[in-house]
Amino acid sequence: MTESAALQLPAEWRDFFALTKPRVMSLVIFTGLCGLLAAPGHINPVLGFTAILCIAMGAGGSGALNMWLEADIDARMRRTAGRPIPAGRLRREDARDFGVALAVSSVLMMGLAVHWLAAALLALSILYYAVFYTLWLKPRTPQNIVIGGGAGAFPPLIGWVAVTGEITAMPLILFAIIFVWTPPHFWALALFVKSDYANAGIPMMPVVRGETHTRRQILAYSVVLAPVALAPWLIGGAGAIYGVAALALSLLFVAFAVPVGLRRGDAAMIPEKRLFKFSVLYLFALFAVLVIDRVLSQSGALT
Amino acid sequence: MTPDQQAEIRRRQKSRNIALGLVLAFFGFLFYAITIARMG
Repeated sequence: MTESAALQLPAEWRDFFALTKPRVMSLVIFTGLCGLLAAPGHINPVLGFTAILCIAMGAGGSGALNMWLEADIDARMRRTAGRPIPAGRLRREDARDFGVALAVSSVLMMGLAVHWLAAALLALSILYYAVFYTLWLKPRTPQNIVIGGGAGAFPPLIGWVAVTGEITAMPLILFAIIFVWTPPHFWALALFVKSDYANAGIPMMPVVRGETHTRRQILAYSVVLAPVALAPWLIGGAGAIYGVAALALSLLFVAFAVPVGLRRGDAAMIPEKRLFKFSVLYLFALFAVLVIDRVLSQSGALT
Repeated sequence: MTPDQQAEIRRRQKSRNIALGLVLAFFGFLFYAITIARMG
């Protein structure tokens, strides 16, 4: 079937689902849920579920708006050329409408059902990603991913505020962990898809500043990540189980980052791929341990 | 438009309608549950 014929067909529901970037959303849901479960206090399970659903819908809306805005760029990159809009399975305006509907309804539902401060943070996170990062930062500066990392750092903060109704040091530290984690995570990926970004004209760090500089930055952020990850334990917001696990995971992170930081690349890029995979595992494990630590301390198992 | 294309359009419309119906039913139930939870 030709592309014009394909465009006459109505899009499948799977294409709309693909706009929400389900793989990214899984990490968003998980960190948001961990923020909600680790927060002191109690939330009705229905309202807790609604808060996580709103975070997921907001992230999905951001993803759809990102794909609407970046359809031309996606078409030039091998990694993203198969997405619904560049592949001709879905009209660009439909992605925009779907994204706006998800974003607006998620914020309203969060405000009406859970808490207006959490809703305001959710709105801020959507604007941060769809407007500030996608439209302004990404095409302009190789530091795009450093500042843009803030967009992905909102979910645990929103989850926490949904329970407590206030912003304190702990949720800000959870925000900071993801903020500092994002550059080494994303630059490891950027090293092995560098040609893709170069073809699309995106000023990612490896394209603009070169591989050696990027590798040093990856190592530097990996080292900085360790004390930030330990901060919940150091300020008394988490117990020893979290502290020991955060220390072990962060040392492992640095161990994976050292070969990336100190070597020159080759075609295989094996250490870079290993660091990228471990970085995802790191975040899942760190937030999971935070919740386990909280549950055990609340149940009195540690006393 | 060929009969095959018409059949494909109808199939896609049907699957989208079913998906939308399920989503609406889910939100109908969720808003009911939220109302009960907020009253509690």
